[in-house]
Amino acid sequence: MIETRDILETIQMIEDEHLDIRTVTMGISLTDCIDPCMDKAAAKVYDKICFCAQNLVPVANGIEKELGIPIINKRVAVTPIAILAGACKGEDPIKFAYALEKASRETGVNFIGGYSALVQKGFAAGDKELIRSIPRALAETEHICASVNIGSTKAGINMDAVRLMGETVKETALLTADRDCIGAAKLVVLCNAPDDNPFMAGAFHGVGEPDCVINVGVSGPGVVRSAISKAPKDAGINEIADIIKKTAFKITRMGQLVAMKASEKLQVPFGIVDLSLAPTPAIGDSVAHILEEMGLESCGCTGTTACLAMLNDAVKKGGVMASSHVGGLSGAFIPVTEDAGMIDAARSGCLTIEKLEAMTAVCSVGLDMINIPGDVTPEIISAIIADEAAIGMVNSKTTAVRVIPAIGKKAGDELNFGGLLGGGPVMKVNTASPEIFIKRGGRIPAPIQSLKN
Amino acid sequence: MKAVITVVGKDTVGILAKISSFCANHNVNVTDVTQTILQDMFCMIMMCDISKIDCDFGVFVDTAAEIGTQNNLRVHVMHEDIFNSMHRI
Repeated sequence: MIETRDILETIQMIEDEHLDIRTVTMGISLTDCIDPCMDKAAAKVYDKICFCAQNLVPVANGIEKELGIPIINKRVAVTPIAILAGACKGEDPIKFAYALEKASRETGVNFIGGYSALVQKGFAAGDKELIRSIPRALAETEHICASVNIGSTKAGINMDAVRLMGETVKETALLTADRDCIGAAKLVVLCNAPDDNPFMAGAFHGVGEPDCVINVGVSGPGVVRSAISKAPKDAGINEIADIIKKTAFKITRMGQLVAMKASEKLQVPFGIVDLSLAPTPAIGDSVAHILEEMGLESCGCTGTTACLAMLNDAVKKGGVMASSHVGGLSGAFIPVTEDAGMIDAARSGCLTIEKLEAMTAVCSVGLDMINIPGDVTPEIISAIIADEAAIGMVNSKTTAVRVIPAIGKKAGDELNFGGLLGGGPVMKVNTASPEIFIKRGGRIPAPIQSLKN
Repeated sequence: MKAVITVVGKDTVGILAKISSFCANHNVNVTDVTQTILQDMFCMIMMCDISKIDCDFGVFVDTAAEIGTQNNLRVHVMHEDIFNSMHRI
């Protein structure tokens, strides 16, 4: 018999503490759609996605009803499109973006990720063409996410790609300046990108993945905050870590259950559960508020990095036993505009980009959803990317940069994207020039940590 | 196949009757009921066997929630799997 207390706890988590499954993401390999004729390849891409994902949304909605747990997003991640574009010499890869957009509308998924290139060691055929088409692809579509992996612990950092991405981010924002620069919110530059990440904007289907796979990303910052709030104020930090572990375990068990049900109903193998604390702009669903519940006056003050490190570690320790396969990004996310507590801290000036950079050394991703002044040069954006990639490369972890140059706005102004992407203040950036460094190009050699064999 | 129905709200006459007759109408067998009244808040948990349910489970969930709304109650119907997986190892 299930205990009444457990039933009520679960319902409270869902009703009052925003517990949800953030995403069920179907990974689809498109390597069998490669064709020298881009029109044919794009048609194959559309057909394959529509075939594989035709039941994704209805099945996820059915599970949502059956278990009573909200599944916020249904998404698709595909093989990095640059691999397909490489076969089509002299054509504009944007045709793939149109095919993906059409497929997302047909299947009803919220986002398709994988308008991507993996260039950590250099550019292969199709990579540069794809990167150059990203600004237009994101401006002309609504449901496509783009990502570019520019570094890894094994390969080092491709500084030519870093330079190119600084320009690409800026241009993406410029082309969507009339829509609060939203294009840049759908573009992420990664180091050590995981192959099985279900979260946008960095999701793509890695080349070592099976033909089709189901990955699930859980959420639940509100549940963790609420659990910590019940502990006495003089409880030791190790007790807080234990509370987080127990809560993460429960959240992840739910993710595992949804993943297994989805896998069974769609007859697609289960890939991984991504054990992440993914905030939303809703009140009570904030990672910053967890840190504040631990005893910080405001997220961004001294002590934030230590609290975040402990949170990130405890989430993984609690979750890892609850799932048969853990993967993706797994940890605490710190996207500024998507987190009510971070937005407040950034507005008050307590949370700065420099502090966020330090936090990215211990959280699961990187500088995420940060609005920067519109007059910031592409070289500065490139240098921000290089700094983040260096943290990821040396620490053998994923790092990412998703900054939104707010065209025509300055520090203190606001951008508003709406929905899960939220909105928030434009943050101050150090404007001293790194131009000569960025223009050098080349590749930062892989660190000594890469030599593990 | 078991489901858990939870009903929370202000105590009024006939809550149990409304929910249990709704179950009976859809061939859902109530196997266990616990209920408490805290101050004037009514809180009931019903375990049900849904293996012979005569409609789509999703429709059953929606209709139950609707009955709740009409009577100022919060009614949730959830498959028992979620509780078992969250609270049992």
